[in-house]
Amino acid sequence: MAILIFVETADGELRGSSLEAVGYGAELAKQLGTQATALVLGTSVAGDKLAKIGNYGISRVLQVSDERLNQGIIQAYSNTLGQIVSSEGIDTVIFAKSSLGDAVAARLAVKMQAGLASNITELPLSVAGGVLQLKRSVYTGKAFQITELKTPNKILALKKNAFAPIPTSDLATVESITVSLSDVDFGAKILKTDKVTGELLLPEADKVVSGGRGLKGPENWGIVLDLAKALGAATGCSKPVSDLDWRPHHEHVGQTGVKVSPNLYIAIGISGAIQHLAGVSASKCIVVINKDADAPFFKAADYGIVGDAFEILPRLTKALRAL
Amino acid sequence: MIGPYDDYALARAVEIKEAQGGTVTALNVGLIETEPSLRKALAIGADDAIRVDAEPTDAYFVATQIAEIARKNNYDMIFMGRESSDYNGGQVHGMVGEMLNIPSLSPVMKVDVDGNVATINREIEGGKEYIEASLPLVLGCQEPIAEWKIPNMRGIMSARSKPLLVVAPVAQDNLTESGRYELLPARSGCKFVDASEAEKLIELLKNEAKVL
Repeated sequence: MAILIFVETADGELRGSSLEAVGYGAELAKQLGTQATALVLGTSVAGDKLAKIGNYGISRVLQVSDERLNQGIIQAYSNTLGQIVSSEGIDTVIFAKSSLGDAVAARLAVKMQAGLASNITELPLSVAGGVLQLKRSVYTGKAFQITELKTPNKILALKKNAFAPIPTSDLATVESITVSLSDVDFGAKILKTDKVTGELLLPEADKVVSGGRGLKGPENWGIVLDLAKALGAATGCSKPVSDLDWRPHHEHVGQTGVKVSPNLYIAIGISGAIQHLAGVSASKCIVVINKDADAPFFKAADYGIVGDAFEILPRLTKALRAL
Repeated sequence: MIGPYDDYALARAVEIKEAQGGTVTALNVGLIETEPSLRKALAIGADDAIRVDAEPTDAYFVATQIAEIARKNNYDMIFMGRESSDYNGGQVHGMVGEMLNIPSLSPVMKVDVDGNVATINREIEGGKEYIEASLPLVLGCQEPIAEWKIPNMRGIMSARSKPLLVVAPVAQDNLTESGRYELLPARSGCKFVDASEAEKLIELLKNEAKVL
């Protein structure tokens, strides 16, 4: 048995959720008594950064140094993984949840005839007899389900915060590996990408601050952004706010938007419709700030403040900066 | 009922058909109780429907059935929701794409077709990608790809006479086994901090909840 962890890159860096997956894979390898290897596609991340994947518990990193893979083209990625899985004798592949990872994992499952479990929330409940018992988030975060993978080949796709690795100073050796790709693999062409840069992204964030209609208009978002900055948090919003174009669509947290599972979720001026709660219920600690004491969100919260956000937020930001 | 994401997918497929011609087939893998959903899809504007008569036991099984039907019918575009609203797997579109060896793209927020080429917006973390791909392809759809369509009376009447073909499934073992469910751990209740001493929240988050 051998484990491969797919490590995604963004803007020349390794993605935080992928490093969690590396830690998860290293721990799973220990439990199964096998080896775990990480895989990076493309050349956008420098070698010294790749070696630091070793901080998360593995000693070997494979890199496919093909510049065409600097763009996340789903078919090219799945064909690359398919070749490496067979040449390296891999039977278990681990992905962090992402728009690319999910898409690649599904295609790879067909190539490997692998059982695929997605939205995994923790280490396996059991690995006895090579059968993995995995806890998954289902019904948009409203429940868990235990899924068993009994197939010889397995693919695990992890939800954010499924594992909290403790980084060491160990470095991994980086080996180059080649695969053979044709034009067909690059048939879906990415013409351009519109993406915010230099901003902490929602799915990656350990802390999230979200605003709702209670903030009255996009011009009032400064106090939300200030609080998020002081916390080192990503910013999100409710569905009405993104529907009204007060905030971009990728910030929409909820049933049909981004589902988050950070350590800290702060909701400001969001009443707590069931569709919003579905996207945040996996958060470890939920704080609700709302001027309406009857807002249903308070029932799902760990901490609450009933009051005026315009008065409270600047005070919280100031208190945080003083820490 | 039709899944929320699948409703978006169906609506966009019908829009493209209405603007550019062609036909839309509504396909479902499910037992007889799912037929009202297919009739609704016909009422919304699909031309015909196919039901694969089987319990949809896992994503791989469902993808195998869809790929089998697609091989026989040579569809140009296969629309589906980005994920189901129960298991949230989001796997079937990718699996079908791989089984048919054609591109699969998800989550798709916009798609237009010109001749044999589709232009697509795919949502990624923090933004979107603009993609160009030749048909055939598989799309996992989400809002705002189209507005949900509500069937009108004429649609409902005509749906009754549109063909709904029932076919037997092809054999495929499940690759995953679904077991028991668990509820989320209950939260211990909301601790309120008075607005006049809002700063106390920061102290609680640091020292009690230990999340700062």
